[in-house]
Amino acid sequence: MTDDLSALAASTEAELAAAADLRALDAIRVGVLGKSGALTALLKGLGAIPAEQRKERGAAVNALKTRLEAAIEARRAVLDAAALDARLAAEKLDMTLPPRPTAPGGTGGIHPINRTIEELTAIFGAMGFRVVEGPDIEGDWYNFAALNIPDHHPARQDQDTFYLPGMVDGRRTVLRTQTSPLQIRTMIGQEPPIRIIAPGRTYRSDHDATHSPMFHQVEGLVIDRGITLGHLKGCLTDFLRAFFGIATLPVRFRSSYFPFTEPSMEVDIGWNRKTGELGAGTDWLEILGSGMVHPRVLANCGLDAREWQGFAFGMGIERITMLKHGMADLRPFFEADTRWLSHYGTSPLQTPSLHEGV
Amino acid sequence: MKFQLSWLKEYLDTDASVDEIATTLNAIGIEVEGIENAAAALASFRIARVIEAVQHPNADRLRQLRVDLGDGREYSVVCGAPNARTGLVGVAALPGDYIPGTDVTLKVGEIRGVKSEAMMLSKREMGLGDDHSGIVELPEDAAIGSRYVDYAGLDDPILEIKVTPNRGDALAIRGVARDLAAAGLGTLKPWSAPKIASVYETPLRWQIEDPRACTWVVGRAIRGVKNGPSPQWLQDRLTGIGLRPISALVDVTNWFTFALGRPLHVFDVAKVKGSTLSMRMARAGEELHGLNGKTYALTDEDGIIADAAGPEALGGILGGEPSGCDETTTEVFIECALFDPVRIALSGRRHNIFTDARARNERGLDQAMLPAALDAATAMIVELCGGEPSTVSEAGSEPLWRREATLRLPRLAELGGLMLPPHEAEGRLERLGFTVTARGADRLTVAVPPWRNDIAAHIVLDQDPRLDPERARVAAEGCAAVEAECDLIEEVLRLGGLDAVPSVSLPVASPVPLPSLEPKQVRAVLARRVLAARGMQDSVTYGFLETRIAAMFGETPEALHLENPIASDLDQMRPTPLASLAMAAARNAARGFADVALSEVGGGYRDTSPAGQLAIACGLRAGSSPANWASPARPLDALDAKGDVLAVLEALGVPMAALQVTADAPGHYHPGRSGVLRQGPKVVLAQFGQLHPGLCAALDVPAGAVGFEIFLDAIPEPKRRKKSAPELSAFQPVRRDFAFLVDADAPADKLLRAVSAVERTLITEVVLFDRYAGDRLPEGKVSLAVQVTLQPRDKTLTDAEIEVVAARIVAAAAKAVGATLRG
Repeated sequence: MTDDLSALAASTEAELAAAADLRALDAIRVGVLGKSGALTALLKGLGAIPAEQRKERGAAVNALKTRLEAAIEARRAVLDAAALDARLAAEKLDMTLPPRPTAPGGTGGIHPINRTIEELTAIFGAMGFRVVEGPDIEGDWYNFAALNIPDHHPARQDQDTFYLPGMVDGRRTVLRTQTSPLQIRTMIGQEPPIRIIAPGRTYRSDHDATHSPMFHQVEGLVIDRGITLGHLKGCLTDFLRAFFGIATLPVRFRSSYFPFTEPSMEVDIGWNRKTGELGAGTDWLEILGSGMVHPRVLANCGLDAREWQGFAFGMGIERITMLKHGMADLRPFFEADTRWLSHYGTSPLQTPSLHEGV
Repeated sequence: MKFQLSWLKEYLDTDASVDEIATTLNAIGIEVEGIENAAAALASFRIARVIEAVQHPNADRLRQLRVDLGDGREYSVVCGAPNARTGLVGVAALPGDYIPGTDVTLKVGEIRGVKSEAMMLSKREMGLGDDHSGIVELPEDAAIGSRYVDYAGLDDPILEIKVTPNRGDALAIRGVARDLAAAGLGTLKPWSAPKIASVYETPLRWQIEDPRACTWVVGRAIRGVKNGPSPQWLQDRLTGIGLRPISALVDVTNWFTFALGRPLHVFDVAKVKGSTLSMRMARAGEELHGLNGKTYALTDEDGIIADAAGPEALGGILGGEPSGCDETTTEVFIECALFDPVRIALSGRRHNIFTDARARNERGLDQAMLPAALDAATAMIVELCGGEPSTVSEAGSEPLWRREATLRLPRLAELGGLMLPPHEAEGRLERLGFTVTARGADRLTVAVPPWRNDIAAHIVLDQDPRLDPERARVAAEGCAAVEAECDLIEEVLRLGGLDAVPSVSLPVASPVPLPSLEPKQVRAVLARRVLAARGMQDSVTYGFLETRIAAMFGETPEALHLENPIASDLDQMRPTPLASLAMAAARNAARGFADVALSEVGGGYRDTSPAGQLAIACGLRAGSSPANWASPARPLDALDAKGDVLAVLEALGVPMAALQVTADAPGHYHPGRSGVLRQGPKVVLAQFGQLHPGLCAALDVPAGAVGFEIFLDAIPEPKRRKKSAPELSAFQPVRRDFAFLVDADAPADKLLRAVSAVERTLITEVVLFDRYAGDRLPEGKVSLAVQVTLQPRDKTLTDAEIEVVAARIVAAAAKAVGATLRG
C-alpha cells in the first residue's frame, strides 16, 4: 500500500473511531466514499495512471474501499446499538405505577348469598335437580294450608308472618315465611318425577343478631317412585360434604317434626363449637330440616301417595354461608356496606363449577 | 320443658347416665336443649370430720383443726368459723378445688405460722345460699370421705327439652320416660291411681252448656283442707324446673301438669257463685280476671268455665282470680277436662296467653285418663292438705278415641329405607303403648293408645280447588290409605335412631345432568356477573322499605302495604331495588364512602300477583370515575349508567341494533338526563339516568348519582340460532372521517343510524369519535365527528367509488338531522 493510501486508511479509521453519532459517521462516509470523497477521487484518478502501474494501483484502491466500507458499517452497527440503548434509556417508565383502571368503578364482586346460591345450584344440579323460583308475596294456601299447616297449627307461631291486605286465591296474602310454597307450586305445575331446588327470599317478623326480617332459604323436593329415607340421607350427606368441601364431614340425622313431612328429621353436622372448625371436634350443629313428604301434602296437590313418595328439605342460606366462611354476624348481609361487600364479594369470573371446585 | 333426672327416674327404671339419656332423646325426636348440673361445681368436695379443734397459737379468732377426710391421713386446717369444734362433721375442699362462692381456687397455705392443707366450707362458699354464719354441719353418721353432692342429693342434673308440636304426650315427664323405655333405655314403671272413697255429696256440679267449650269433664270437691306451703320435696321439684311454688293446692296442679301432662284447675268452693260450673262459650262483653293478674275481654269464640257470676276460667288456658285458691281455702274443687285443641290454640293466640296448660291442651291430652287423674290428684291433696273427698261430678263423656293402624312391614324399607325384623318393630310399638290386635305374615295392626292423638288422626285435607275432582278423590284416598302407616313407620324408625338407616346416594338418570337453570333464569345470574365485572358490588337488600321513600321511586299501592310491619320504616313492598340502593348509597356516604357502585338483582313489586312481582337488575353509581396518574377523575353521568345497561342487555342476547332510546324515564330520574331503552314501541327493557337532584337531596344520596333498572322479565329469551359463517373479506377496509355540523339538540343516534343505512352491505361500522361544542362553531351548533368503515367484498374500491359513497353519506346526514360538512 502506498503511503497516500495508508494515510487515508489511518485517518479515516481514526475519524471513525472518534465518530460519536450517526451524523458524524455519515459525514465521514461522504468524505471518503461520496461523489467527491477522497477515495472516490482516487478511483477516478486511476485513469491517469500509467497502464503498467494501473492494475496494481487499482487493486490497492479497491481493497482500501472494501476495508473502509466494512469499517464504516462496523462503526454504524456500534453507533446504532448505542443509539437504541440511549433511546430505550430515555423511554423508561416507572413500573411501580398502578395500572389504569379498566372498569368504570374498580373491582366488583358477587354477594356471598348469591355466591352460595350458585354453589348450591352446581352441586344439586349434578344430582339432577332443576332450579325453580316463585313469588315473594304468596297466598296463605301455598305457604301454610297446602303444607298441612292449618290456621290453628302451633307451627304457625314459630313463623311470625307478615301479612298484606287482600287475598290470593281467596286466602290471606302473606310474605312467604319459607320457600316451601315452591313444593306446592311445583307439584301442581308438573307431573312427577320431580327433582327441584328453590332458593329464594323469605320473610319473618323477627330481628336480632341471628334473625333478619328478610333472609334466604333453599327448598328441595324429590318425588318419584321408590324414593326412601335412605335417599334423603344420601342426598343431603353428599350435598353437605361437597358444599363444605370436607369429604369426611360428620352428618347426623335426628328425628323431629314438621307438619309437611313424615318421618321428619333435623340434620346436624359435626364441628368444634369453640373454634368454629367444621368437621372437627365433638359438637353438633343443627343445619337443616327435612323429611319424607307428608301424604296430606301429596293429596293436597293431587298426587296419590300410594304411587308417589319422596323427600323434601329446607335450609337457611345465610347460615350455611356464614359457617362456610366463618362469618359471625348476620346483620351486615343486607346493609350494602361497600367495605363489607368488597371484603366478602367473590370475583364474577370465579363461577362455581364442579370441575373447578365450589 | 325442664325436669330433674330424679323426677324422670320416678317413672323410668334405668341405669343410663344423663349423657346417654340426652343422646337417646336427641335421636328419637325429643331435642335436648341443655343439661344443667348444679353438682358439677361441687363434685370434689368431701365429707370430713374434725378430729380435734384447738385455739390457733398466734391468732385469737382462728382455730387450728386436725381433719379426717377418710383417706387415712390427717389434714391440718386453719379455720375462722365460730362453730369449728372437735367432732363436727362438715364439708372440706382440698388444694386445687375451685370454691364457687368466693371464686378462688384453693392453695396450700400457711396462716400465722400454721399450715392449712384443706378448707372447711360454709354454704355460701359452696354457692348454696347466703348462710355464712359458720361451716356446714352434717349429722354425725354422714360417711366421712364420701362426696357431699351424693350425700346431699345435689347430683341431680336438670334436662331441658324441646317438644315438637305433635307430641302433647311428651310434655309430661312420664311421657318422656315412656319414649326412653321404648327406645331401650330402661323400663317404664307402672302408674295407677288409688281408689278414692267419697264421704259427701259434691257441692258443685258440672254442666256442659255448649259442647264447643268442652266435651268431657270430671270434678270433685275436698272439704276441710288446710292450704299452705307445699312440702319441701314438692317445692324442690317445682323450683328445679323453673316454677314458683305458690301453695300446696296450686303446686299439686303443676305437679300433674309436668309429671303426667295433665293440667288441672282448682276452684275455691267458697268463692264459686251458685252450685253449677258451666262449660259454655263466652258472651260478648264478658271479662275474665286471670290468675296472672291480667283482665281479658272475651269473645264468643272463647270457651269458658262460668259460675253464676260469670267467667271463672278460660277453659284449658287460664284460671280466674275470683275463684282461685289461696291460704284461706278450706274446700277445693278439682277440674279435670278435655277441650278442643283447635279452640284452645286459637283462643290462646287471640289473647296472647302462654301457659303450661295451653301448651298441653292445644297439642291434645290423654283422652281416657280423666277419672284416674282426678283420683290421683284427690289422693295427693288429701295427703298434703288433709280433708275428705266428695263424690264425683261428671258431664259429657269419654270421646271415641279408639282407633287402629296397620303397618305393612316391607314398607319400613320401601319408605323408611331400613329393613327391620318384625319382632323388633312390634316391640318398639308395644313399648310405646300400642297393642297388637292382628298379626299377618307381612303386616301388623295395632290399637293406638289414648295419649297418641298424633297417630292415625282424623285426616283433614285442604286440596287445590282447581284439581280435577276425580284426581282429587283418588289423591285423598291415597292419603287415607297410607297416612296412619307413615305414622307408625316414623315411630318405629325414630326409636332406633335415624342413623341406623343406611345412606343411599340419589340415583341419577344420567351422569351428565341437564342444565338446572332455564335460559330465563340464567338472565339474573348473568346480569349479576356482568355488573360485577364492570366494577359494581352485588348487594342484597330488604324487599320492603319506608312508604315515604318507596313513593319517590314509584307507585305505593295499599295492597303492598304490610299490615304488621316489624318497624315503621319497613312497611311497604318496594317498587324497585333502586330505592334500596339509593338508601344504601346514602348510608355509605354518611360513613365517608360517597363513591359507590352498587348493584342488586331483586324484586320490585307492582301488585300481589306473581306477574306483578318483577325481577329487576338495578345499579347505582355515585361520585367520579377513579382518578389515576394517567387521567383525571371524571364525574359520572347518565351515559355511564347507559353503558352498564347496554353491557347487560348485550350479554343477555338482546338484539342491540334494534334498541331505541326515548326520553320519558319516570320521575325519580333527572328529566333531561335519563332515558328509556325499548325494544319496539311497547316493550320497555330498561331505564337509566342521573337520579333526580331533588330525590338525592331528600335521601342524602351524593349529588350526581346515576342509576338504572333493567326489567329482566321483559327481556325476550335469546333465540338459539346457529351463527352464519363470518365474512372474512380478502380486501382491506377503507376508513373515512366526516365532521358534521348539526343543531345542538339533534340526537346523535339519528345521525349514526342514517349514516349506517346508506349502504348496509358496504358500511360495517360507524363510530362517533368526537363531539365538539364551542366558540369556533356557530351559535347552537355542535360538531359530530364520525368514522365510517367501508368493507369491500369482491374488489378493492376505487377512489371514485369511495367518493360516491361519501357523497351519499353527507346527503343522508343532511336529510336526517340537517347536518352539513364542517369546512
